[in-house]
Parts: sequence; structure tokens; C-alpha cells
Amino acid sequence: MYKYIIRRILVFIPMLIMLSIIVFALAKAAPGDPFTGKILDPEVDPAVFEQQREALGLNDPLPVQYVNWASKIATGNFGESMYYKGRSVQSLIKERIVNTLYLGLFALAITLIVAIPIGIYSARNPYSILDYSATTFGFLGLAIPNFFFGLIAIYFLAIKLGWFPAQGTITSTDVSGWTEVWDRVHHMVLPGITLGLAGTATYMRYMRSEVLDVLGSDYIRTAKAKGMSERNVLYKHTLRNAIIPIITLMGFEFGALLSGAIITEQVFSYPGLGTLFINSITNRDYPVIMAITLLLGVTILIGNLLADIFYSIVDPRIRYD
Amino acid sequence: MSNDPVLDVEQLKTYFYLDEERVAKAVDDISFSIYPGETVALVGESGSGKSITALSIMQLINKPGKIVGGSISIASEEILTLSSKQMEKIRGNDIAMIFQEPMTALNPVFTIGNQISEILRKHKKLSNKAAQEKAINLLKTVGISRAEEIVNEYPHQLSGGMRQRVMIAMAISCDPKLLIADEPTTALDVTIQAQILDLMADMKEKFHMALLLITHDLGVVSEYADRVMVMYGGQIVEEAPTSKLLELTKHPYSQGLLESLPKLEEDVDRLGTIKGTVPPAYDFPSGCRFSSRCPFVMEKCKQSSTDLKKIDQDHFVRCYLYENGGSEE
Ligand SMILES: Nc1ncnc2c1ncn2[C@@H]1O[C@H](COP(=O)(O)OP(=O)(O)OP(=O)(O)O)[C@@H](O)[C@H]1O
Ligand SMILES: [Mg+2]
Repeated sequence: MYKYIIRRILVFIPMLIMLSIIVFALAKAAPGDPFTGKILDPEVDPAVFEQQREALGLNDPLPVQYVNWASKIATGNFGESMYYKGRSVQSLIKERIVNTLYLGLFALAITLIVAIPIGIYSARNPYSILDYSATTFGFLGLAIPNFFFGLIAIYFLAIKLGWFPAQGTITSTDVSGWTEVWDRVHHMVLPGITLGLAGTATYMRYMRSEVLDVLGSDYIRTAKAKGMSERNVLYKHTLRNAIIPIITLMGFEFGALLSGAIITEQVFSYPGLGTLFINSITNRDYPVIMAITLLLGVTILIGNLLADIFYSIVDPRIRYD
Repeated sequence: MSNDPVLDVEQLKTYFYLDEERVAKAVDDISFSIYPGETVALVGESGSGKSITALSIMQLINKPGKIVGGSISIASEEILTLSSKQMEKIRGNDIAMIFQEPMTALNPVFTIGNQISEILRKHKKLSNKAAQEKAINLLKTVGISRAEEIVNEYPHQLSGGMRQRVMIAMAISCDPKLLIADEPTTALDVTIQAQILDLMADMKEKFHMALLLITHDLGVVSEYADRVMVMYGGQIVEEAPTSKLLELTKHPYSQGLLESLPKLEEDVDRLGTIKGTVPPAYDFPSGCRFSSRCPFVMEKCKQSSTDLKKIDQDHFVRCYLYENGGSEE
């Protein structure tokens, strides 16, 4: 099993390099640089821009630029923001990443807490009223775009009813302790639900079909024939098998969650990586764009890696392949 | 054999409610008993209701199926009226069952030891450690030599034959009174089949169980069974001690089954077959259910059917041909 995990981690490295090349190439292929928009500014001599380009290495051959960039990020140095002068990319990201991480975990928690029990219930009582409602909700959840749901939630739950704040992460900075935690959670409810919506629908459907599948399998019949109690059959024999594909799904969905955060954060003016990302695109702040894209890619890779490792732990059949 | 039956089934009916109009009468009014130490074979073509009979005894019928009538007693205790909690104490403990597909019958994510010991913990209230030790002993009993290692292995690491041995170990773990084996060797290599059947016969002797052996292999029947019940269309059509059934076969369906069996001593060009297939359980012919395929069909067979009639002290047939005490015409 350790062999399997080590092998899996080794495969991770070339994928990381590939990812960095792709991110670099994409950024370079996009037209324009931080000076493009300003070139027409008659106040500034174009030669000054050219000088700065030279200084920033933007005129070097591409492979040289890549190696310079890659060797820097390998040491954790993502360079300086081109827009926020004098600020390092790391410090910008560090400021935001915690918010996004909390939001992501919060959304994931809501998703799992809602989706798994409902999925199990639906599977045990197929074609019941709750099962039909869950199916309907599932389709809606998948069909309604994030931003639209977010806007509706803001309109009704924040503006009309005033139950939840519509934006930001905290009301005031001079609270601390549990008051602060509560305030932050309160701010996360709407964006969290919005972000988790599609995932909830997906997990619910998955869980339902997995449990239904497992309940019909031969080994469940064997467990019942052995006289195992209903609880044991459900919680031991069924869930342990049904959860295997869910774990894989979680690996994939974790990346999707972070990319989903980009739009959700924008809707709720939530100061996370997503808003930073959108702003950086508007500002053509390439070092930040590249760093965040890379981060998203790495998150997806790590998600898959973790999924594979967990998978090998819960499913004995793949340990010895 | 002796005294009270281990299993007594009376007028059992298990129907599947497929939709508004269609009801599949998978098991329709069957009665039989099994006595201590006896091996009774239940034979019949695919779809005749053998598995549903077995699962009804275990009360493991899933929707849309339902036991709609009759009575089942184990050692004179009625079990159809038990609550599901009480029934859990019977399954695996008083009646054990082995299934056709050893490849899928074990849970892929738990070790063999775990799956054997959980039944001991449940019914015998053994501690983890004691259950694990007993599991090793049971594996040795069923002829698995590397028992100490096998307990820590997973089902996918074992062959089909080994897995069926594990199933047998599980089945005998709580000294059941009755073992039901539903085509336990159909999915196995021919060479392994005999080993598994011999093992079951051994275990039956050793643990004083009665055995209900479901099969469609009449060769197996002649070798292992004391008594045979032939099933067709959810009903028992003939029942007799094995030698009698094989030699003095009465029911046209049983005769058809026997003719489709290759015989060593005879050199026939073609084996006999029963024409047609089993009609679906929601669409049996009115009258005798075999009338649509019977070579001796008479007019009244299409109108009505008869009961399982005694034609000899231990030989029963459900057929108009033998209405008058067994004389053929
Ligand atoms: N889940 C189900 N839903 C609907 N009908 C069913 C179901 N299970 C069984 N039946 C009906 O019951 C009949 C008997 O099935 P059963 O499985 O007992 O046959 P069998 O004699 O065991 O056949 P085989 O030799 O193939 O195992 C089938 O023909 C089918 O019509
Ligand atoms: Mg069957």
C-alpha cells in the first residue's frame, strides 16, 4: 500500500511541471501586458514602458522567462504584483486564501451534511415523497447557475428578510473570540450555500444510486442471511462500500469548489482568492493570475491525489495492483 | 428419518406484485418438511421458484415480493409471525444459507476474519478475540490450510472455491439446524464442484444439520440427496425418495428433466429436451401449469389442475395421469 502511495506521489511531480508549463504558456499567449492599456497615455514616453519591460524580463526568450519564473516559484517566490506596486504576490494571496479556504470547507461541510443523509434516505425509500423532492431539488440545484442563486439569496434572505449579511466576511474588526467566529460563520452562510448548491445536488444523486446499488448486492443479502441487524447492514456493510465512489468524487469536486468560489465570491463581494483573481484579470496582473491559476491546478491535483490515497485505504482491492 | 421436522413449510405463497395487473406467483402453495439429518434436494428449471422458496424461509424477500400466505416453522416454532428483530436471531443461527455466486457473496471491503467473526459475535456473543480464534478454527474445519493468514485477507485474494469454503465456514459457525444451499456449485469449476459438495456433506454429518440442496443437476441429486422435490411454476409437482424418483419417475416434467440428463450406460444421439420454456410466473396457463409443454396433455389438464396426490407411501405427484392411485391409465 505504501508503495502504491509513493508511486502515486511520484506521478504527481511531472503533472505539476506540465501544469506550470501550461499556466505559463496560457499567460504568455494572452494578448497584452500591464503596459498595454497605458501605451496611449500621451503623458508617458513609450520608451519608459520599453525600459520597464526590459527590466521585468518581458523581452527575454520564452524558455528563459519560464525557467526564471519556475525556479522562483519553486522556492515559494511568486514575484511582485504588477498592479499593486511593491506588494509580493504571496502576500496578496496569503491575505485572501484563508477566506476562500474557510468558505470552501464550509460549503463542503454543508454539502456533505445535507447530501449524504438525504441520499441514504432516498435510497432506502425510493419513490417516496422525500425522494421525489430531493430529485427535483437536485435538478434545480444543477440547473440554476451559482451567480443567479446567489443573487436570489441576497435579494430575499439578506435584503428582504435581513437574516444574513449580503457581503463581506465580518461586520467589525474589533470583536474577538466566539463572537468573531459566529460573525464570520454568519457571513459565510449565504455564499457557502450558494457555492455548495451544485455539489449538494451531485453528491445526493451519487449517494442515492450508490446505496441503492449496494443494497441490491449479493453481499448485503449474505449479511442479512447471517442475521446481522438492520443498523449493521446499513452502517457497516452498505455505507463502507457506497462511500468509495463518493471519496473519488470529493477529490474532483474540491477543485470544482475552488473554481466555483471565483464567481460566488464576486457575487457576495467576499474578499477571497476569487475576487483577487477577477480583479487581477481586469488589471492584467499576470504574476497574480499565474499564481492563482497554478494554485487552483495544484489544488485539483492534490484533491485527486488525496482521493486516490483514501480510495486505496477504503478499498482493499486496489492496494495490490 | 426421525421425530419432529426441522423445517415445516405449509401452503407457502410468495407473490411478486409487478404492477397493477400482473402478479408473479413465484411460489404458490407449497408444503414440505425436512427432518433432522436429512438432505432434501429441490430441483427444477430456471425460474421455477427454487430460490424464492429458500429466500422465503429466510424471510429475505424484497419488494415487490411478499409472503402472502402459509406457515413456516423451525423446530416446531412458527417463524412467519416473528418480528424482524426476532428473525435476526434465527438467521445465521438456526438456519444458514449459502448462495450461488461465491464471487460476489462476500463483502469486498472487509477481511474474511471480520466477516466470519461478526456472526459469532452476534449470535454466540463471543469477544473479538475469541471470535477471531474460532474463525481460524472454522476455516481449518472447511479445509483451508493457511487459515491464520486467510483471516486477514480480503475476498478478492481468494479463488471462487475458497470463497465458497469461507461461506460454508460462516454457515456452520453457529451450529444451525438447517443449512440451505442455493446452487452452491453452479458458478464453480467442475473439478471444484465435487470438493465443495463433499465438504458440505461432511459438514452436514459433523454438525448434525439438515440440508436443503437446491440444484438443477440431477447427477448431484442422485449422489447427495435422500429425498427429492421437483418444482415447476412455483409448485411442487413430484416428491419422493431419491432412488424412487429417479427410477419410478411419474410426473411428465420430472421425466423430461431426467431425459435431458446424459447417461453413461446408454448411447443416445440426442438428449431429450422439454419443449418450450417455463412460462413467466405472472402468466401461467390456467389448469395445470405444465400443460403448455406436457407431451401427455389432456383436455381437462387445460381446464383445471389437481393437488399433490399420494401414489405410494412416500411418493407424491401432482398430475391427472396418476389420479387413480398411481396406475398409468
Ligand atoms: N425480484 C423479482 N421481481 C419479480 N419477479 C421475481 C423476482 N424474483 C423472482 N421473481 C419471479 O419468481 C420466479 C422464480 O424465481 P427463482 O429465482 O425462485 O427461480 P429459480 O428456480 O431459483 O431459478 P434459477 O435456477 O435461475 O435460480 C421467476 O420466474 C420470476 O418470475
Ligand atoms: Mg435460483
